[in-house]
Amino acid sequence: MAVHAGSLLELKGIKKSFNQNHVLKGIDLEVTAGEVHVLLGENGAGKSTLIKIMTGAYQKDAGEVYWEGKQVQVNNPVDAMNLGIATIYQELNVIPELKVYENIFLGREIKKGGKMSMIDHKKMKKEAERALGMLGQDPKIADQILGELGIGQQQLVEIAKALTLDAKLIIMDEPTASLSGSEVEQLYDCVEQLTERGIAIVFISHRLDEIRRMGDRITVLRDGYKIETLPVKTTETDHWIELMVGRSLDEKYPKKSFEPGREGFRVENLKVAGTEAPVDFSIHYGEIVGISGLVGAGRTELARAIFGADKREHGNLFIDGKQVKIKSPKDAIKAGMAFITEDRKSEGLLLDQPLDFNIGLANMKKFKNKSNLVNLKGIRDEADNYVKELKVRPSDIDLHARKLSGGNQQKVVIAKWLCTNAKVFIFDEPTRGIDVGAKVEVYRLMNQLVDNGAIVLMISSDLPEILGMCDRVLVMSEGRITADLPRNEATQERIMKAATGTADAAEKPLIAATGG
Amino acid sequence: MSEAVIEKEKPVGEKKSFKHFLGKFGALIGLIILTVVLTFLSDKFLTVNNLMNIARQSSINALLAIGMLLPILTAGIDLSVGSILAISIMTMGIVSVNMGMSPVLGIIVCLAVGAAFGLLNGLLLTKLRLPHPFISTLGTMNIARGIALIITAAAPIAGFPYLIQFLGREFVGPIPVSFLLVIGVYIVFHIFLTRTQTGRYIYAIGGNKEAAHLSGINVDRVLIIVYTISGLMAGLAGLVMVGRVNSAFPLAGLSYELDAIAAVIIGGASFFGGVGTVWGTLIGAMIIAVLRNGLNLLNVSADFQMAVIGIVIIAAVYVDVLRQRNSKKN
Ligand SMILES: Nc1ncnc2c1ncn2[C@@H]1O[C@H](COP(=O)(O)OP(=O)(O)OP(=O)(O)O)[C@@H](O)[C@H]1O
Ligand SMILES: [Mg+2]
Repeated sequence: MAVHAGSLLELKGIKKSFNQNHVLKGIDLEVTAGEVHVLLGENGAGKSTLIKIMTGAYQKDAGEVYWEGKQVQVNNPVDAMNLGIATIYQELNVIPELKVYENIFLGREIKKGGKMSMIDHKKMKKEAERALGMLGQDPKIADQILGELGIGQQQLVEIAKALTLDAKLIIMDEPTASLSGSEVEQLYDCVEQLTERGIAIVFISHRLDEIRRMGDRITVLRDGYKIETLPVKTTETDHWIELMVGRSLDEKYPKKSFEPGREGFRVENLKVAGTEAPVDFSIHYGEIVGISGLVGAGRTELARAIFGADKREHGNLFIDGKQVKIKSPKDAIKAGMAFITEDRKSEGLLLDQPLDFNIGLANMKKFKNKSNLVNLKGIRDEADNYVKELKVRPSDIDLHARKLSGGNQQKVVIAKWLCTNAKVFIFDEPTRGIDVGAKVEVYRLMNQLVDNGAIVLMISSDLPEILGMCDRVLVMSEGRITADLPRNEATQERIMKAATGTADAAEKPLIAATGG
Repeated sequence: MSEAVIEKEKPVGEKKSFKHFLGKFGALIGLIILTVVLTFLSDKFLTVNNLMNIARQSSINALLAIGMLLPILTAGIDLSVGSILAISIMTMGIVSVNMGMSPVLGIIVCLAVGAAFGLLNGLLLTKLRLPHPFISTLGTMNIARGIALIITAAAPIAGFPYLIQFLGREFVGPIPVSFLLVIGVYIVFHIFLTRTQTGRYIYAIGGNKEAAHLSGINVDRVLIIVYTISGLMAGLAGLVMVGRVNSAFPLAGLSYELDAIAAVIIGGASFFGGVGTVWGTLIGAMIIAVLRNGLNLLNVSADFQMAVIGIVIIAAVYVDVLRQRNSKKN
C-alpha cells in the first residue's frame, strides 16, 4: 500500500569536487515516497558523498534539490532533519559513554516543559523502548550504556534513532555491513514496515543479495556519473554488476581448491576472559577456514585473544606444531600472524597519516636500513605496489587515509597486513564495505595466500561469502564453537542452526573431533 | 568516462595543494610577517647583535619545546618540565659547587636527574595507569619543585665552573653556542621522528592508539621513552640556563612549561596527537622569542607582553582550526 504520490526528493545535476578530485559530475536522482531506492557503485564512486549532500553534511558545488516538488536548500544536517530526512552513516555516529536512550535523543532531548526545564528521562526512555521494539530488540537495552553493546546492536540503535525522528526519508549508508543473521532480518522487516507507511529509504549496500531482497529501484553510479536507474524486480544481478564496474564479472567467488596439507595452526584449550568454555580448533595448509555466527557470538573476541590483543585465561597456540607464546600483538606479529581488524576507523587506520605510513606501520623492521633508519623510499615503493594491486582509488599514497571512501580504507588495512609477510592471516569481516569487484580481488588474494603457503582464517557475517570461499566453516555461538562443517556439508540452514544455538546433537561429535 | 578522463582528473595529493602549503608553512609566514613589521617599528630590531640576542634568548624555550613536542604528539602533555629543569640544576649545583666535584659529573647528574624524572612520568602514566599525563606530570611538577626547594633550603647556588657554563655563555664568532646546540638537537629530533622506528611509532600512537597497539607497537614502552626524553631535554635546558645566568635557583623555570606548550602549538602540532613537526616547533619557539624581544624593544611592559602572547596562541590555533575545518569540508 505504498503511496507513490510523485517524487519526494529530487536531485538535479549535482556536482561536487574535493580540490581537483571531481567526485560527482552532475547526478540526477529521484526518490518516491514508500520506495527503497538503492545506490550502487564501486568504492569511491561517490555514493556516500551524494548522501552527505542530501543530508547537509557536505555542500554541493552545483545542482538543485527538490523536496516534495519545491526547491530547497539543505545547508546543514539540521535543515535536513527539519525536512524529514534522517541518516544512518557508514561509520557509526554514537557516543559510547552515554546510555542507549540518551544517544537516541542526543541533541534533541525531550523536556518536561519549556526550553530551560528539566530533561524528561522517563519519556525519552519510553520512546526509545518503543523504537527498539519496532526493530525487534529487547526494549530493556534502552537503559544500557551504548558502548557495552556490540557494533551490530549499536547500529540498530542508530536506526532506532531515525525511527524516533518521524522521518519521511531515511538514508542508510551500508547499514547491514556490521549486522548479521537475525539482526539483518529484523532490519528487513523494519524497512518493510516503514515503506508501508510511505516512508522512503535510500540505501547503499555492496551486498547484492540484500539489494535483491529489499530494493525497489537501483541507481548505478560510476566515475561520478549516474549510469542508469532501473527496477530491481525485472533486471538481472549480473546486469547491475556490469553497469557498476563497466564490464562483466566472471565469478563472484573465485574459489580455488588446493591439496589439503598438514596442520599449520592450532588453537588449544583457549579460554577468552569472560566466556564459559574453552575453544579448540586447527587449520591445515591449503584450506580457508571461516568462522560464522551471529554478531556477539564472540568471534572477534576469540580473534583478539588469539592475537594477544586481549587477555586470555588460558590456552596454547601452535604454528607448524611448535608452540608460540603470544602475550601481545607484537608477539603475534613476530610469530608470523596478521589480524585484519573489523573496524577500520578505530582499530585499523591512522586517519591523519598518508597511506604509505599506514601500510608500512605493522612491519617497520622490514624497512630498516643498515644504520637502523627507516627507508622511506622502500615504504613508498611497497605501498605503491599494494595500492595498485588492490586497486585503491585514488591511488595516491600521499593522501591521508581520512580522505578515502570506506571501501578504499578497508583495502589500505588489508595492504598493511599483507606488507607484514605473515604466515597466519586472520581476517575479521575483510570485505565489509568493499564493492563486488574489489571483493573478488580480496578472495583472489586469499587464494594466493593459501597457494603461497599461508594459513587463512576468515571471520565473516556474510553467509554467501563464507559458503563461497571456505573449505571449512566453524560456527560460533555464545563464545563456543558449535559446529565444524566441511565445505560440502556447510549449508545456510546448518550454519544458522548452529549459530542460533539450536544445533542438534548430531553435530556435537564434530566439535569433539576438532579437539584432538 | 574513459580511462583517460579518469586519469586526467586524478586528485592532486595534499602535498601539492595551496592549502596544504599554508598548513605546513602558516607559522613560518607568521614569523616572516612579524619580522617585517618589527623591522619597520624599530631600527634596532634587524641588527646582527639583536638577532643573536634572540637566538640566545630562545634557546632554553626551544629545548623545552622540542622535548614537549613528543608527549603532545602522543596526545599527551608534560607539565613538569619547568620543575624538572629546577631540580636538575639544583642537584648539579650541589654536586659541582657545594660538594666541589668535577663539572663533568655535574653535567651528567643534571641530565640524568632530568631523564630520571621524565622516566618517572612515563612509569606513572603506563604502570599506574593514571588516566591522563596531565595528572601524572602535574604531580611530578609539584614533587620536583618541592624537592628542589627542600634540598637547597630554598637558597640559590652560584659560581659554577666554566665547563658547566660553556653551553649557555659562549659564542662561536657572533653565534651563541646555545643556539648551535638548539640547531643540532633539532636536527637529531627531526631524524629521530621521521626516520626511526620509535619516532614513527610516536606519531602512530598519537594518531590512533588502538590501531598502533594492534599493529604490534609496544605503546607503553614508547610512552616511557617519550617522557624520559622530555625530562632529559628539561635537564639540558637547565644546563644552558645555568650558563646564561651563572647561578641556579630552586624557582628557576617556573611556568616555563607554558611557553614550551605554546611553541609546540603555535608550530602547528595538534593537541589530539599525531600531528606536528620539529621545524614547526622551532618556528613556534622563534615566534615567541621574536615577539618578546620586539615588545621589549618597543618598551612594552612585561604585563602587556603576556597578554599579547596569549592572543598569539589563540590566533595561531584558530587559524589551524579554520584550516582543518576547511580541509574536512572540502
Ligand atoms: N573529505 C574528503 N576529502 C577529499 N576527498 C574525499 C573526501 N570524502 C570523499 N572523498 C573522495 O571522494 C570519492 C568518493 O567517496 P565516497 O565516500 O563518496 O565513495 P563511496 O561511493 O561511498 O565509496 P564506498 O563504497 O567505498 O563507501 C573518493 O575518491 C574519496 O577519496
Ligand atoms: Mg561510502
